[in-house]
Amino acid sequence: MSTLLETDGEALLAALRGLLAAKGLATPAEVAERIAITERATPAQGARIVAKAWTDPGFRARLLADGTATVEGLGIPLRGAPPLGVLENTPELHHLVVCTLCSCYPRAVLGYPPFWYKSAGYRARAVRDPRGLIAEWGTVLPETTRIRVVDSTADYRWMVLPLRPAGTDGWTEEQLAALVREGDMVGVTVPATG
Amino acid sequence: MDLAPGTAVRVHDDWPESRGPCHIRTPHYVRGRRGRIVRRLGAFPNPEDLAFARPAATRALYHVVFNETELWPDGRAGDDLLVELYEHWLDPA
Repeated sequence: MSTLLETDGEALLAALRGLLAAKGLATPAEVAERIAITERATPAQGARIVAKAWTDPGFRARLLADGTATVEGLGIPLRGAPPLGVLENTPELHHLVVCTLCSCYPRAVLGYPPFWYKSAGYRARAVRDPRGLIAEWGTVLPETTRIRVVDSTADYRWMVLPLRPAGTDGWTEEQLAALVREGDMVGVTVPATG
Repeated sequence: MDLAPGTAVRVHDDWPESRGPCHIRTPHYVRGRRGRIVRRLGAFPNPEDLAFARPAATRALYHVVFNETELWPDGRAGDDLLVELYEHWLDPA
């Protein structure tokens, strides 16, 4: 059981940071900035984007046309991240995002992927039986809604813009954002009131 | 080769992993299958070379849609899959 390399993690990290600075690859300030950006990236950012798209048609159109630039306009930095595409759900078409090859995920706007997103079971079943899979989340689409599975295989990252639930007329962006869960932006669930 | 939206394409029925170490962004389940170009997503350094730190030429990346019925024997008509594929895996069908 002792084949694993045993190291003092703190010492290793300090040495790595020292080398990054000494070799001019990344300054301590740049490392700190990157850590702060990563920690701010949570599903709450995605929910904020969704709520704004639900209440501002111009923003929604720009978001669907150019996700990267539009999200950066909200102060969410995507520098160094892959381009972001946003897929709009409609009453006729529902999107479900998966990465069958690994775990590509729009981390800049949703943070770390949930554990199930990286599981072999989710990755295999999303493409083979998407309706059966999302039914296990309690998501049952109307017969007339087509499902489109988006396999995130290469250089883009994809986020779903869910349908705004009925009964939310007049809600503020903050109220709407509080409805949106990470699964809604992957497509395994849909937002609902109450 | 520039593939316009709507163009019918077939993915190469090629299995480089049977010939040696490689890094491929084309899933097994679409190889040899017919799809349709939805949009050109841009151009990126070829990940098949990038993964091995080789000089990587820029290749066009397309969003290609496949009917579920083209991929699975019990596929549901109307449902489909959207996959990012590089130009060198596609031929007009």
